[in-house]
Amino acid sequence: MDILEKLTILTDAAKYDAACTSSGGNRTPKKGALGNTSASVAGCCHSFSADGRCVSLLKVLMTNCCAYDCKYCVNRRSNDTRRAAFTPEELADLTINFYRRNYIEGLFLSSGVLRNPDYTMEQMIRVLRILRDTYHFNGYIHAKAIPGASPELVEQMGLLADRLSVNIELPSETGLNLLAPDKSKQAILSPMRQIQARKRQSKEELTKYRHAPEFAPAGQSTQLIVGATPDSDLHILRLTQGLYDRYKLKRVFYSAYVPVVEHALLPSREVKPPLLREHRLYQADWLLRFYGFRAEELLDAEHPYFDPRLDPKCGWALRHPAFFPVDVHTADYEMLLRVPGIGVTSARRILSARRIGRIHREDLRRMGVVMKRAQYFLIASGMTPNRLSFTPDSFPLELMDAQQLPPPQQQTWTQLSLFDNVSGI
Amino acid sequence: MTDMIYLYDGSFEGFLSCIFDSYRFRESPTEICPEDETTFTLFPTRVIPTDASHAARVLHKITACSSTAAALLKKGFCTCLPEKELHLYRMIAKLLREGPAFLKNFSDETLYPILRAVHHLNSEVHQWKGFVRFSQLGGVLGSEIEPKNRVLPFLRVHFCARCQELPFFIYDRTHKEVLFCADGLWSIRPLESFQMAPPDVSEAHYRLLWKQFYDTIAIRERYNPKCRQTQMPKRYWSTMTEFQEAAFFIPQSSPADAPVPAAPAARSVPEIPAESGLSAPASSP
Repeated sequence: MDILEKLTILTDAAKYDAACTSSGGNRTPKKGALGNTSASVAGCCHSFSADGRCVSLLKVLMTNCCAYDCKYCVNRRSNDTRRAAFTPEELADLTINFYRRNYIEGLFLSSGVLRNPDYTMEQMIRVLRILRDTYHFNGYIHAKAIPGASPELVEQMGLLADRLSVNIELPSETGLNLLAPDKSKQAILSPMRQIQARKRQSKEELTKYRHAPEFAPAGQSTQLIVGATPDSDLHILRLTQGLYDRYKLKRVFYSAYVPVVEHALLPSREVKPPLLREHRLYQADWLLRFYGFRAEELLDAEHPYFDPRLDPKCGWALRHPAFFPVDVHTADYEMLLRVPGIGVTSARRILSARRIGRIHREDLRRMGVVMKRAQYFLIASGMTPNRLSFTPDSFPLELMDAQQLPPPQQQTWTQLSLFDNVSGI
Repeated sequence: MTDMIYLYDGSFEGFLSCIFDSYRFRESPTEICPEDETTFTLFPTRVIPTDASHAARVLHKITACSSTAAALLKKGFCTCLPEKELHLYRMIAKLLREGPAFLKNFSDETLYPILRAVHHLNSEVHQWKGFVRFSQLGGVLGSEIEPKNRVLPFLRVHFCARCQELPFFIYDRTHKEVLFCADGLWSIRPLESFQMAPPDVSEAHYRLLWKQFYDTIAIRERYNPKCRQTQMPKRYWSTMTEFQEAAFFIPQSSPADAPVPAAPAARSVPEIPAESGLSAPASSP
């Protein structure tokens, strides 16, 4: 089997993993080493695939042979598909040559479980060793820790890679028991805990010794599959928040479940991937990380799912009319961030500009505030707030996502009747 | 004070000399444009000679007033903003008249067009960092780009750090400039035309592997061409490996006699000191 065929099979098997970012690394350029992973290339996308997703890393599996039989996965043992495996040398050579031509920012290495978790991890570590030691590769490496692998191997991998990740995949334990019988919650969470503890230790060491080896400098991330199990948005968002708070994750990725296999326990193959739901979860994820929101504010037991018509921030604003209108001249940064249509950048610009003089409506537009939404929630100089009374059920169409707008309907007029409320006629 | 059009040689120092002379002659130019882009006009014109010491004095004064303004001036000069010289001139005039406070107001009338243009430049630089595609030709990496703004001074910082093992060059088709870099030395110089050499066997092999990877990584059920085009507008596609015709992936020669590209890469790189070449404002890393 030649390398082109292997690449095709192993890319095809890896493509359902959502994570493809190269941020958070800090390997500054060194003489005699290839590559630069400093902050200047954070978020550098080298291409965008036909589905609109960023291609930043060479995302492949080491092998798609797998001992496990997770129902949702294309690479599961019982699936009749072509199998292939890279040798460590082949994969290292491919990475270096792609990197040199500026096709990629680094390597995203995952793998099916070949024989057992430890053997698989050893194979992956060999690739990373060749890259770092033989080729002096200074680019970004994101590696998957295989659930159930021994802590010594996770330790080795963390010293070679920039980011480690362990995929939770199914957001609840029942889902895990049902669909991934070979994995256990414990096997997933224990490497996550280890990575977190080891990273904290490495940070402490670095403050004492300049050349202490750095463990997973870009932290760890994970992925949740949305739509394979009947978990609610609230459940997923709470889990996310717990992961950020307790496990200090850098990112949680969501992957809308693409029905690749037919199984009684899974959505049928006709079901479209829940892309809008995934999008809403990402929006909420940003609100948690950069806007100071908590999961409980965005959703509650009565509203466990996001409104598909509104973004989560708009939804929150409509349920909290007492908070508005916000005066751009006096509100603090946290309050500005809660206004729909104001983001991190425009909030900073407002803070800076209001020290010089009054801010008018036109100024806000220039600063990047989306006035279409913000006009209902703001007071600025010479601008009376658009005091419409609205509720979560009736709100101006401007607040709605353009794609979610109902098709324009022919207005149907009815004759007013005097006797509508009179019964018995 | 009459209407006066300033003509300068198109370099950054030349533009700074225009600012110097406008204060020396106590006049405010209605237009500042490079000599070679000028059209016949009824207004009086003044050709401003480039004077390095005048330029240095202007830059020193601006930096003393506000380092932010100096950085904006350097970046703004590399943008493709129409009448960028006049916009920058107005910003400098306002800075000297009123002091640096207005720089804090993003929506300031004088500042806003410049900030927009610089934002466009920054985002284009960021995108080219990812979308540049090198071809390995002999022992040299080469690539072509077609940017709207003059991005080469900014790409230099990134690629010189990233690519330290092989000499490389990037040819800018729009501005007809080329960036060479080898062994930590670099230079940006004008180059009228350039034709990339055909790939050898190994280059064609990796191009094909990349194309195959790119085509495979997309999830069919999530096909979304509009999203892709928003993130990566079509104007970038012409120089990207994954969108080339079949001929691009066919080797034209054996690796043994791989030709060094037609660009004078090997000739001019090593002996050129870091400061030489066309005067482009230095970019911050």
